[in-house]
Amino acid sequence: MNSYLFYPGCSMESSAMAYYDSLMAICKPLGLDLDEIHDWNCCGATEYVGISLIPAYALISRNLALAAKQANGNHTVVAPCSACYLNLAKADYYMQERPVLGEKVNQALEAGGLHYTPGSLDVRHLLDVIINDIGLDVVRSKVVTPLKGLRVAPYLGCMVPRPDYQKHWSDHEYPNELDRLLKALGAEVIDFPLKTHCCGGHMTQIGPSTAFELIRRLIGSADQYHADVMATLCPMCQMNLDAYQGETNRHFHTNYNMPILFFTQLMGVAFGIEPEHLGFGKELVSARTAMSRIGVEVPETQESAEPRKPKRPKKEALPMPRMSGEEEVTQ
Amino acid sequence: MPIQIDPPSIDPNPNLRFLEEVSTATAGVSRLEMCIQCGTCGGSCPSAADMDHTPRMLFAMIRAGMREEALSSNTPWICVSCYHCVVRCPQGVHIADVMYTLKSMAIRAKLYRDSTAPDFSQTFVDMVENYGRSFEFGLATRHYLKHFPLRLPGMVPMGLGLLSKKRMGFNPRRIEGIEQLKAILDRAKQLQVDS
Repeated sequence: MNSYLFYPGCSMESSAMAYYDSLMAICKPLGLDLDEIHDWNCCGATEYVGISLIPAYALISRNLALAAKQANGNHTVVAPCSACYLNLAKADYYMQERPVLGEKVNQALEAGGLHYTPGSLDVRHLLDVIINDIGLDVVRSKVVTPLKGLRVAPYLGCMVPRPDYQKHWSDHEYPNELDRLLKALGAEVIDFPLKTHCCGGHMTQIGPSTAFELIRRLIGSADQYHADVMATLCPMCQMNLDAYQGETNRHFHTNYNMPILFFTQLMGVAFGIEPEHLGFGKELVSARTAMSRIGVEVPETQESAEPRKPKRPKKEALPMPRMSGEEEVTQ
Repeated sequence: MPIQIDPPSIDPNPNLRFLEEVSTATAGVSRLEMCIQCGTCGGSCPSAADMDHTPRMLFAMIRAGMREEALSSNTPWICVSCYHCVVRCPQGVHIADVMYTLKSMAIRAKLYRDSTAPDFSQTFVDMVENYGRSFEFGLATRHYLKHFPLRLPGMVPMGLGLLSKKRMGFNPRRIEGIEQLKAILDRAKQLQVDS
């Protein structure tokens, strides 16, 4: 049994519930014991630190202080969300690099009767502990339904492999951990060139055209490689690529229809767990057709988005150049 | 008769120490002083096309004491925190963290030109300070009504999709230790002002 302190993060209880459900479902087969930090608070995402430094680091550090108190011999905190993982790891690292920051943060924590000694915890991402602690041999031994024939684009996004303060990852820009994991599940993993490129982060909220271009690049590339689904490990990436895929399509007059799943959902399927228990059906771009390709039936996404049916060109129309997402239309 | 020479003004540019100020206000050791103007940051940036200045240009402006110009640049607000520049910088400058510093300084000096991003951050922070957790529904409605009312009709299907799938809730969750958190943040804000 591998035991860790667990920091779920806000998204796991709302927009990324599929991530949470599927993670809980695979804990048992993996022998993963997650001890949730009691009464944790939001990490501030990428917002608080852009407003004020010490309050932002105090907000993050309340979690570190609570975790250290709860530790009970266990000093590794696991976070499944990229932004949470980075914020916790970064606060811990910078408070060591610049002790005066740690002192100020601790003065603030004192007002709440808490204290944190920088460096006393090890902050790690979920994928890291699955690959490096549990190991691919265990993962392979649990596979009962190999994902044979499912073409998956492994997508890590930015904040897990970078900046990587503790050197947990094989590479900052082209790490192979997620590829290896998905291969262990039997999936056909495409060599996805944009695997750590940005999904736009909060730009979907504040500068949509910047974000749409980044989303288009990612989905467009996965589509060119004929991926059936993209597998991600970050709630924000999933949200941007899934929920804003429709708006991106309208913006560029494309017709992408790329399901975005959490890697834990695919692990659950390979482990033979019922898709209902893995959060399938919560994605806005349905994964039903893609998963049926390997004989797995997942609940249908209730169609709420307006029909994505693109205009079929008139028969007598001249041939026009097309964006790659449109190609399927004419076939 | 001896010639009277005025002593040279010690600091003709009041912003001569702007570089130091930005560096000190950044988390960790920023290494901003080490920038060699190589441009790797701008060349690595996925959103540089939308920026007024590439990070390299911005750092040259900071060094030149161009406070107002640097703080009113849209560059920090366009930064997506992807850390590509950070891992590629040959001098190890904490570029993304410097961008956060510039945002907070621009807010304090009211030098940002577009309020969309600062308002979004502030709304997010308000929710967190009130509940201890983020509250996406409240955040999204408040933000979109103010800044993207015309985008709303097109977003209805997505919003309904998220609500019907319970990926977004109407009610925020408040942590048990909210008073403790508020006390911590109040003290932290005081420390920030004093620093």
